[in-house]
Amino acid sequence: MKKSVLSAMVVLLLLGVAAYAAFFVAPTDAKQGVIYRILYLHVASAWTGLTSFFICFIANSLYVLRRQPRWDWLGVSAGETGLVFTTVVLLTGPIWAHPVWGIWWTWDARLTSTFVLWLLYVSYLLLRTLVEEPDRRALLSALFGIFAFIDVPLVFGSIRWWRTQHPQPIIMGAPGAGLDPTMYRVLFFTWLAMLGLMTLLLRQRYRLEAMRGDLEIIQRELEAA
Amino acid sequence: MALLSNTTVLLGKELRTEFRSRELLTTTTVFVLIVMVLFSFSFDPTSEESRRFGAGLLWLAFLFAASLMLQSCFLREQTSDTLSALRLSVSDPFAIFLAKLAANTLFLLLTELLLLPVFAVMYNVAVLPTLHWLVLVFFLGSLGVSIAGTALSAISAQARMRELLLPLLLLPLLTPILVASTEVTAALFDRSPYVQWKGVGFLAVFDLAFLTILWLLGEYLVEE
Repeated sequence: MKKSVLSAMVVLLLLGVAAYAAFFVAPTDAKQGVIYRILYLHVASAWTGLTSFFICFIANSLYVLRRQPRWDWLGVSAGETGLVFTTVVLLTGPIWAHPVWGIWWTWDARLTSTFVLWLLYVSYLLLRTLVEEPDRRALLSALFGIFAFIDVPLVFGSIRWWRTQHPQPIIMGAPGAGLDPTMYRVLFFTWLAMLGLMTLLLRQRYRLEAMRGDLEIIQRELEAA
Repeated sequence: MALLSNTTVLLGKELRTEFRSRELLTTTTVFVLIVMVLFSFSFDPTSEESRRFGAGLLWLAFLFAASLMLQSCFLREQTSDTLSALRLSVSDPFAIFLAKLAANTLFLLLTELLLLPVFAVMYNVAVLPTLHWLVLVFFLGSLGVSIAGTALSAISAQARMRELLLPLLLLPLLTPILVASTEVTAALFDRSPYVQWKGVGFLAVFDLAFLTILWLLGEYLVEE
């Protein structure tokens, strides 16, 4: 109990410092003004979401190979956490896009692929609710999770090749594009804070899932007796 | 070698089952036809407009039809309890998938080729000059749909609400196929048609990638 309170406080502190840095340390963007500061929430959430989905993919693969329930627990926890961060991305995106591009949404590569990614993991969680038997549920959702993760680069590639109408990526994009060094530092710090939050959520969710797993076993034994 | 002979035998079984009743082919064909007619109300189907929207329309209809058609692929084994027998009859479970996905590709391709002339007439799009390239795109696209669809239908057949679940799992996964096939087909429907090799290559990569994962994961998908 004490340990989890302590880690929650550390994460809260990190998030506070990150928010302070995003508002007061990072310089204001010359063209976009203050609104660009949503970048720190938006981009950091996107990276954290992807990290989470990657953890989900690793957990799914390990479950298929080793069949230990803990990989299933980690898989579903990471899937849900990733979905939360991706939802933040999808919500902050339009808020940022409206004043800057003049529209809430555009069907460009990154927006569309993020949306498809979100849909894939919604389906992943939905599938889990529709299979009763725990082992079967774990295996089937792990297999679907692997298919979904492999699909992501293909989705991104296809949309980027054919449907993009939006400027080059600023970070890791064409030469000449890029952020101010202070902005980079703040962004990476925000990401770090978000990763802390992700770890915290993941741990809590994992414990909940582990307890659920135990409960299911007990219920089964009771029914059998 | 055993894989090949097993697959051939199983493919024969799939084809025999279907051609005895022709249920899947008939229903899918009628379904695509209905979608084609309904789509005509969503825009003004002049020749010019059809050239712009036709390819997307066609592929959406195919994807919806496929997501319905692929339902029965493993459900039939599930309901008649023949999956264990199937698994015992082959040395490599990948043969089951190969046979099923070959049959599904064939059924889809048949439906598509049957309805292409209807589409061409109804929407005023010339298809004859580029027919051989269209067949290639239809083949690569349908193969991709069938690979992913066969795998996911093995998953959804084991869940509740499977009829609803399969399209939910399958359609977002097929986004790359939809984008690439539509682009290549649209280029072939163009007033001065051309082959978009980038798209053809992309479809081939998708097919290969999913076939590889299916080969790796196939045995887990039909596990007891």
